[in-house]
Amino acid sequence: MSDRISVAKTYKLYIGGAFPRSESGRSYPVTDSKGTFLANAAQGSRKDARDAVAAARKAFPGWSGATAYNRGQVLYRVAEVLEGRREQFITEVAASEGVQVKKAQSIVDTAIDRWVWYAGWTDKIAAVLGSSNPVAGPYFSFSTPEPTGVVAVLAPQQSSLLGLVSVIAPVIASGNTAVVITSQERPLPAITLSEVLATSDVPGGVVNIITGRTAEIAPWLASHADVNALDLTGAPESLRADLERSAAGTVKRVLRNKASEDFSVTPDMSRLRAYLETKTVWHPMGV
Amino acid sequence: MAAPTTLPSALADAARDESSLRRFLHGLPGVDQVGVEQRAAGLGTRSIKKASKLHAIDLAISMVDLTTLEGADTAGKVRSLAAKAKRPDPDRPDVPKVAAVCVYPDMVRTAADELTGTGINIASVATAFPSGRSTMDIKLADTRFAVEQGATEVDMVIDRGAFLSGRYGQVFEEIVKVKEACGDAHLKVILETGELVTYDNVRRASWLALLAGGDFIKTSTGKVQPAATLPVTHVMLQAVRDWQTQTGELRGVKPAGGIRSTKDAIKYLVAVHEVAGPEWLDPNLFRFGASTLLNDLLMQRRTQLDGHYSGPDYVTVD
Repeated sequence: MSDRISVAKTYKLYIGGAFPRSESGRSYPVTDSKGTFLANAAQGSRKDARDAVAAARKAFPGWSGATAYNRGQVLYRVAEVLEGRREQFITEVAASEGVQVKKAQSIVDTAIDRWVWYAGWTDKIAAVLGSSNPVAGPYFSFSTPEPTGVVAVLAPQQSSLLGLVSVIAPVIASGNTAVVITSQERPLPAITLSEVLATSDVPGGVVNIITGRTAEIAPWLASHADVNALDLTGAPESLRADLERSAAGTVKRVLRNKASEDFSVTPDMSRLRAYLETKTVWHPMGV
Repeated sequence: MAAPTTLPSALADAARDESSLRRFLHGLPGVDQVGVEQRAAGLGTRSIKKASKLHAIDLAISMVDLTTLEGADTAGKVRSLAAKAKRPDPDRPDVPKVAAVCVYPDMVRTAADELTGTGINIASVATAFPSGRSTMDIKLADTRFAVEQGATEVDMVIDRGAFLSGRYGQVFEEIVKVKEACGDAHLKVILETGELVTYDNVRRASWLALLAGGDFIKTSTGKVQPAATLPVTHVMLQAVRDWQTQTGELRGVKPAGGIRSTKDAIKYLVAVHEVAGPEWLDPNLFRFGASTLLNDLLMQRRTQLDGHYSGPDYVTVD
């Protein structure tokens, strides 16, 4: 058998359902845990982040307006496509995180299960977090959770797939749209996830994935006036305080979970609850 | 046919009768399609940053013809548009006011009540906008009504059917008559370049409108796709520049429709500077027909000054 020349890959960003190059034209080499070259990834800039926010804002009315049942079906579909790409994910997780194949298999399986777990939540959130309120007056008062809007997510730096899935799925399950900055050193599973999202039924712009330097892009998202919430999970320790401070400038919701979060255990509702606003309606009752 | 002003003999001859007009228009040099598109794309790559960008944004804001031309327009919508025209960004009084508010004739009175004395022009579309399919009498009555109501600028449409069938004399006549009906009001002639198909036609229509006395030539109604494009605007800017070299008069250009982002607007300003000349960087000689563009300009202006990206929650809804 003749020696085949391998196809060298230079990946792109995922913004608004398309795969554009970084506006800056930059890319950076991605290596495995031992330093061997794997592929080139696009090095996103602040303008890519801005474009991603615009795409996420555009997608928000459609996604948040879709029925919870419909969102659940779309997320299940994503889980199906994830399952179909299982082998690729195992290879990439093993290379990125430097774990044995067996361990990588278990990580990928947990990630897919995690996605299904959040998919199941979509049509239950309103029942669990909403209520009809007993009030002292002739009113029917009820509260329903509504999505916050555009959420900027700094994905975990270590857990390249399970951590990524655990931070994206709760954002979009409740009807928010997301701009995700991937793990800087381990972006390959996230890039493959963007290919999964593009080929399942998720509308373009609902999830936007940017690879590059977290410390470079995160401040622009934290201060962006059209971003409604910020997940600091993957933020560098030295930047956290600054990011929170600039997020306060436009009163964003900030999720301050630590980077050391253990993603292997089944989560509670806290991440779902973090990106919801409660709307209370007072309805006058007849005489 | 009579030329509206005293023109150099070559141009006066062109406007003498239908056949000399045809000879003149068909004698214009053809447009190099590839060349003009390449040049437009090339100028579009200019990088305008920092202080220049801020200056360009303020200039573009002062050139906006804030437009609402919908069947669903109400007096309330026109009033809110007028308020926005006077003070585009209420938090920042240093933002320049826009050039004009552009409405349908029946809304002119409402706009005029709000804007008279502010220095903002009241533009009205007329002559059976947007199709131009009506009789001459109705078109003229439409124009007179708009001017009586208080319009200081009239945006007329040419009869594209007549132009495309080669009845240049008829189109010329119409523009001359509408110009008369305008009185003191400025006349913008909408060529509807999306329906003229070729750049050669755009060049001919531009010259026709300039010969007949249009103060401005405007690309489109905004109701037809494609609307304003950079190459088409290039061709029109060349026409007003050539007009100036031949007659010494300055005439304006107004691209309208499809210009939504600050980036696009700045590309147009670069084209104005490079193709026509720096004296056209003036709201009296260059306008943007737009509605959503203003919000993007305001957001970009805030981004430049605040050092972080702004969002649609911080500007008024259209």
